[in-house]
Amino acid sequence: MEFSRVKSLVHKEFLLDWKEKNSIASILIYVTSTVFVCYLSFQTIIDTTTFNALLWIIILFTSVNTITKSFVQESENRLLYMYSLANPQEIIMGKLIYNSVLLLIISLVTFSAYALFLGNPIVDLPGFVGTLVLGSLGLSILLTVMAAIASKSSNNPALMAILSFPIIIPFLITIIALSLNFSQGVNDAQNFRYFLAIGGIMAIGITMAYILFPYLWRD
Amino acid sequence: MGKNWWKILGVVLVSYSIVGGFLVPVPELPILNETIRNTYFHIPMWFAMMALLSYSLFHSIKFLAGFDLQHDNKADQSVQVALVLGLFGLLTGMIWAQYTWGSFWTNDVKLNGTAISMLTYLAYIILRGSIEDEHRKAKVAAVYNIFAWVMMILFIMVIPRLNDSLHPGNGGNPAFGSYDMDNTMRIVFYPAVIGWILIGAWITSIKIRIKNIDDTQKYA
Repeated sequence: MEFSRVKSLVHKEFLLDWKEKNSIASILIYVTSTVFVCYLSFQTIIDTTTFNALLWIIILFTSVNTITKSFVQESENRLLYMYSLANPQEIIMGKLIYNSVLLLIISLVTFSAYALFLGNPIVDLPGFVGTLVLGSLGLSILLTVMAAIASKSSNNPALMAILSFPIIIPFLITIIALSLNFSQGVNDAQNFRYFLAIGGIMAIGITMAYILFPYLWRD
Repeated sequence: MGKNWWKILGVVLVSYSIVGGFLVPVPELPILNETIRNTYFHIPMWFAMMALLSYSLFHSIKFLAGFDLQHDNKADQSVQVALVLGLFGLLTGMIWAQYTWGSFWTNDVKLNGTAISMLTYLAYIILRGSIEDEHRKAKVAAVYNIFAWVMMILFIMVIPRLNDSLHPGNGGNPAFGSYDMDNTMRIVFYPAVIGWILIGAWITSIKIRIKNIDDTQKYA
């Protein structure tokens, strides 16, 4: 694995997004309209449990919708071209980095819009934003692998959601528990164990993506 | 006979655990009372399911190592049998929960973990169904199987340690492993576990052979 090639792969992804600006714009509008629907149905949310659950559900659905495209959008010809340029580890790492950055932006935008409309009951804001960052990194790791798997089937649009939701739940409930603690200002020993679990799941996810993607990428 | 001894052993052990499970005296515990006999039927399901899922993982790894479709068939069939065993485990557990905890479904980490594992492996079957090409299907399914197994182990091992559970041994509940399960229970429980694992392996081996016959007829 060569780092310069990973860098150019990430660069390529951003160039593509810059070229087809409506794809990223559509995601942001998707987020905004979802938040607005929540605003119209809830007005304000004071209860932190509801606040967290709803926020993470919005982020989960947006990320599934966003990351599904990441392998499907590559045409057969472009894939063939990429096979000759880079090895699979470089491609998956490029995708992981790009998706992480993308999800990071999306989740921060989501949270800002959400807090703007629905009120901000968060006590420990830095901790909460840190959890948001960790959460979007983890989601992007797990969802990228699932997108690579789901892209192998062309006739089942629901496959991405079916495959990724059960896989993502252990990670998601830990993240929700952690962000709930931060939003209530609870900072106890439990948080450290959550961090450990989240870090562990992320490390395992990256390792497995690195080992298993070479089997997926071409057939 | 020489090759089939383990099938006979499985039948004998399961029959023994059914007879012994209803007749052998059990410790009298509050709330649990006679429902403790469900230990002989509920928990072996999980052991058998985990054994089959691990067998499936083993064959998925073997498939990725050599791309022999025979391994893929084994992985697929054992997941199917494991799902049925998991369903039985869930049902016996739900009936037990109704009589001890007062409701069929409680928000318990182990119950949720099981539900999620079942969903994961149902997704595995859907994934197999939605890819036409045999080799591509086998490869993708093997990768997903490895991922699913690791995530399931994480859920079963790690997450319950972060939360309390109603199950024995968690959150101050009596544990059958340490002191409540006396020796008379053990002489029924362990044979039941081994028996159900063997029965599960037997059903799987029959399913694998049926699939092989189907395939030879299809491609003949």
